[in-house]
Amino acid sequence: MKSLAELAAIRDKMKQNTTIREDGEKAIRIVVGMATCGIAAGARPVLNAITAELAKENINHVTVAQTGCIGRCTLEPIIDVIVPGEEPVTYVHVTPDKIPKIIKSHVINDVPVMEYTVAAYEN
Amino acid sequence: MMDELSLNILDIAQNSIAANARFIEIDVIENDDDNTLIIRVKDDGKGMSKELVETVENPFVTTRTTRKIGLGISFLKEAAELTGGTIELDSTPDVGTTITATFIKDNLDRQPIGDLTATIIALVTLNPSIDFNFTYTVNENEFNFNTKEIKTMLGDDTELNNPPIVQFLTGYVNEHIVNLNGESI
Repeated sequence: MKSLAELAAIRDKMKQNTTIREDGEKAIRIVVGMATCGIAAGARPVLNAITAELAKENINHVTVAQTGCIGRCTLEPIIDVIVPGEEPVTYVHVTPDKIPKIIKSHVINDVPVMEYTVAAYEN
Repeated sequence: MMDELSLNILDIAQNSIAANARFIEIDVIENDDDNTLIIRVKDDGKGMSKELVETVENPFVTTRTTRKIGLGISFLKEAAELTGGTIELDSTPDVGTTITATFIKDNLDRQPIGDLTATIIALVTLNPSIDFNFTYTVNENEFNFNTKEIKTMLGDDTELNNPPIVQFLTGYVNEHIVNLNGESI
């Protein structure tokens, strides 16, 4: 069974990776709607998919945060991807299987996945 | 309604976060002798007045302007009462709030606990500055997970919600929970 003693090794390995990380990477924010409506619609597995994908892609310049109900409950789960200097992009009806594409395209390559956005949904 | 009780826990803990809690204690206690399942969320947030406590279980009487309360407590109350159980609110302004829901464990309408690991990890990931103490008890056995302890082990310059740390903690918590309740979650 896993023990917390393993944390030290993971931390030290992370520190090594951090030193070879390219400087100048800007912090990207991913904000997940975590009110009652978001949770009931499936925000929790979406959040866990985001964390898993960030770990898999070895991305550590992304902050994941939460927000409350923004009044668009029928569109939950909703996530915002906020790249510094750009307009925030709002993804709606997000499911865990959409997360790898959003991370690879938007977070890594700076190309929003238009078909998942609120703009595409409302057209 | 939520599909599983662990989602109710996540939702109730959001109220604690909105109430500016710095330390949130979550207990899940299964007791086969008493045939009960108890969920308790205790925080040190800003608390509620007596008047608010009396109205808060009603979804149509809320302090919507502050968004402190919503359907969350109503959902938990309904889930508990469906099984013949109860919900208890104890709150003191500037001290904190404790919500205790008691379920009749073997009642057919008792929803599954569900993915407790995902709930704990979601809370920890999204709120690195808040401390959580999670205790899962199944009869005489117990698993405790305290973020203060983990932060001490990591040291000051490593965030708890770094993806590799979160990945490890997910596996760690899940293994211990599955070990306790004997089920794959």
